Amino acid sequence: MKLTVNGTEHEVDVEADMPLLWVLREELGYAGVKYGCGVAQCGACTVHIDGEAQRSCQVAAADVWGPVTTIEGLGTPQALHAVQEAWIEHQVAQCGYCQSGQIMQAASLLSYTPDPTDQDIDDAMGGNLCRCGTYTRIRAAVKTAAAKLQEV
Amino acid sequence: MSRIGKIARRTFLVGSVAVAGGVAFGVWRYRTPYANPLKDDLPEGAAALTPYVKIDSDGVTLITPRADKGQGAYHVQAALIAEELDIELDQVSVDPGPPSAAYWNGALAEEAAEFMVPSDGMVRGMAEGVVTASMKFIGLQMTGGSTTVPDAYLKLRQAGASARETLKQAAAQDSGVDAGELRTEGGAVILPDGTAVPYTRLAATAAGLDPVQDAAIKDPADWRILGKPMQRLDIVAKSTGTQEYGIDMQVDGMVHATVLLNPHQGGALNGFDAAQAEGMRGVKAVVPITGGVGVVADNTWRAIQAARSVQADWAPSSMPATMDAHWQALSDSFTPEAQDSRKRDDGDVEAARNGAELVEAEYRAPYLAHAPLEPINAIVRIDDDGAEVWTGTQVPRFVQQNVAKIAGLDPEQVTVHVLMIGGSFGHRLEDEVVKQAAEIAVQMKGTPVKLTYSREEDMMHDFPRQIAMARLRGKVRDGRVDSLDLGIAMPSVMGSQMSRQGLSVPGPDSQIVAGAWEQPFAIPNQRVTGYRAPDLAPISSWRSVGASSNGFFYNAALDELIHAAGADPLEERLRLCDDPLARAVLEAVGDMANWSGPLGDGKGRGVALTRSFGVHTAEVVEVTNTDRGISIDNVWVAAEMGRVLDPVNFENLVQGGVIFGLGHAMNCEITYRDGIAEQDNYYSFEGMRQFQAPRIEVRGLENGDHVRGIGEPPVPPAAPALAGAIFAATGTRLREMPFNKVVDFA
Ligand code: FES
Ligand code: FES
Repeated sequence: MKLTVNGTEHEVDVEADMPLLWVLREELGYAGVKYGCGVAQCGACTVHIDGEAQRSCQVAAADVWGPVTTIEGLGTPQALHAVQEAWIEHQVAQCGYCQSGQIMQAASLLSYTPDPTDQDIDDAMGGNLCRCGTYTRIRAAVKTAAAKLQEV
Repeated sequence: MSRIGKIARRTFLVGSVAVAGGVAFGVWRYRTPYANPLKDDLPEGAAALTPYVKIDSDGVTLITPRADKGQGAYHVQAALIAEELDIELDQVSVDPGPPSAAYWNGALAEEAAEFMVPSDGMVRGMAEGVVTASMKFIGLQMTGGSTTVPDAYLKLRQAGASARETLKQAAAQDSGVDAGELRTEGGAVILPDGTAVPYTRLAATAAGLDPVQDAAIKDPADWRILGKPMQRLDIVAKSTGTQEYGIDMQVDGMVHATVLLNPHQGGALNGFDAAQAEGMRGVKAVVPITGGVGVVADNTWRAIQAARSVQADWAPSSMPATMDAHWQALSDSFTPEAQDSRKRDDGDVEAARNGAELVEAEYRAPYLAHAPLEPINAIVRIDDDGAEVWTGTQVPRFVQQNVAKIAGLDPEQVTVHVLMIGGSFGHRLEDEVVKQAAEIAVQMKGTPVKLTYSREEDMMHDFPRQIAMARLRGKVRDGRVDSLDLGIAMPSVMGSQMSRQGLSVPGPDSQIVAGAWEQPFAIPNQRVTGYRAPDLAPISSWRSVGASSNGFFYNAALDELIHAAGADPLEERLRLCDDPLARAVLEAVGDMANWSGPLGDGKGRGVALTRSFGVHTAEVVEVTNTDRGISIDNVWVAAEMGRVLDPVNFENLVQGGVIFGLGHAMNCEITYRDGIAEQDNYYSFEGMRQFQAPRIEVRGLENGDHVRGIGEPPVPPAAPALAGAIFAATGTRLREMPFNKVVDFA
């Protein structure tokens, strides 16, 4: 089957029910996408499909309905996305393992809700677990990112 | 050739060793006046160098041997060296030793795992809690007590300073200018005419010089890097998905494996039928391992799917069948025979009880999984003449020994690459995953086997935090707390943990009373007794270890007495406090929280202070009782740090520690039925989520003279401060964690 990831088209030969998460990580090498729970409880595997945040552990390879963007496609160390800039400014990460998913979730939130309230942030980010407890900084970084995106 | 300078009065010496194209500076450990089993293994006059700085034509490498599990340890270690070396952090590369690089040999690597960094309080605390058996595991640092042994805070700076001065000597020799006229800046020695000679050009000369001993280290007032906000070295990688963790590591020819373990803790594998699994796509092998089955495939998901289809016959667990029986075992341990320690016995609690009305209560703390977000994993390749391991671990030497044993090799034949860890909280002090990967790898020699646990296997075999119970008998008099008699029963964490390494822990386990016996409150009659319960579930060190349960027990007990006395929780703590550093912390947090200020309807505040890992940490929690449940609105934290080396990371770690403490107190426990953990993923072990996270204001005090780690200390006071706040808001006294057994959270 065909998958478009970060603008590149890939042909993959996998079971129809292999979760997108594992296709991305192990068949295509997008290791920025993380496995945390496999059951839609942690958000570490969050990617964008058609520009919207999705849990890649819950999407079967055969069901991917649009182009996929992973953290690697959102921005790079050389060309950061505004959300990543904000994450760096606030030094959000501790172990960092959840942060790909947090950033993808936040980027999706801001694309639909450019000026989120605390309630919007709570609603959008509630499915992204951070075992290191960086929530205080995540909230601040989302607001900074919103401001950055609005300046542009 | 190695060089060692004159023996200073310090217990370590700065040394250097020539390496290909350059020089490495580090710290020699030499014979020391106090007993240390590790040292005793060294032949007379032998020494081992722990390298911290390597300079060659490629550049400057800072070697940061303590594992980083998300707490910024690499960064702080590098900053300590860079500060003295007069180099900027963006001019160096950082090598998270130990044993990997070819430029050092076995003798050099020997010590690399063994020292402390200030931010690694958990290991330090473990060391305080155990006797010599585990000193070999942990290293020498605590043998003589933390005040007499210089820690990494000094060692790394001293190594950096020595390297700096030696490089100046090298520049003096090369240029003919007197060393006194040289200065250093930006990774170069600056000659009087302004010419900058990069360290890399001086490395070869420096390798031939005796390293300068007793080079002056900087006055903190002159620090350029330390004590100021700095950008963590890993922050860009961790914000762009480019940080490589153990689970992302790839090795040529690697296969993907997972395990299906006997869900009955500790039970054996009687037999299994893998016919269905073996027929599944991509499956290469299904092999027996200790207590389970290893499934090898060409993709982790395929391995996990196949493992779920294996039919296994499991032997039962030797653990008690029900949680009631676990609690009963604790309850039955409050006996003179099971007494493990009585480290505090002030006044006369027995006499003080006479005639007065007793305040009695029982408290409980459950098993808790570490459940770091990265499922545990390891890659092992075993050949006939050596083995290689790639994993995130806090115990590389155990890993080396255990893989050697399984592979039938000598430990020196096993190379361990330590990788970045996606969270630990103590989980990576266990190395079962590596042993299991080795058991699979030894059955397919030459092939690197990457073992990744499913989340379910990880949580069900987590080696959780200890279960614990405490009993209070106390008394108040004239509106004051007069007597506190606290007994604490738990199995020995250290005993359980060390038993998996074939070590026993003789003598008392002071973690049983850590966070309770040493608190800075001068209650006239005060006794803290530890009782060692029998081994139940296999348990392990969990962020703040004994204090994670005992900080709750002690503060909750104190709160009940203060309430009985009709006193104010903060005022009475201040009145009882007999340590000026702790008092300052309490005053600061009261100030930050505006403790005596008005509170709105349905709101409550609670306060707690715990001294753990040498750090006094006080927290005030403010909650609102809403119609959806308890909402945690605000937390204020003050901690006595001696020095805050990295203020941003400090704040982040404290906030994280508070959330960790609160989240588990709210809704987490691991329970066992027939030895099977009843929680297997985050839906049943959730912790705190974004919408529940309070505002958290943090202040680090610098009144003391000891630099301490902050990974653990924010955890213990969080739960009792929350319990106090809920009591203030609702009148409900919480004596058992998790609190959602009794109250709802919004
Ligand atoms: S791995 Fe997909 S939500 Fe946790
Ligand atoms: S930073 Fe470690 S899980 Fe979020």
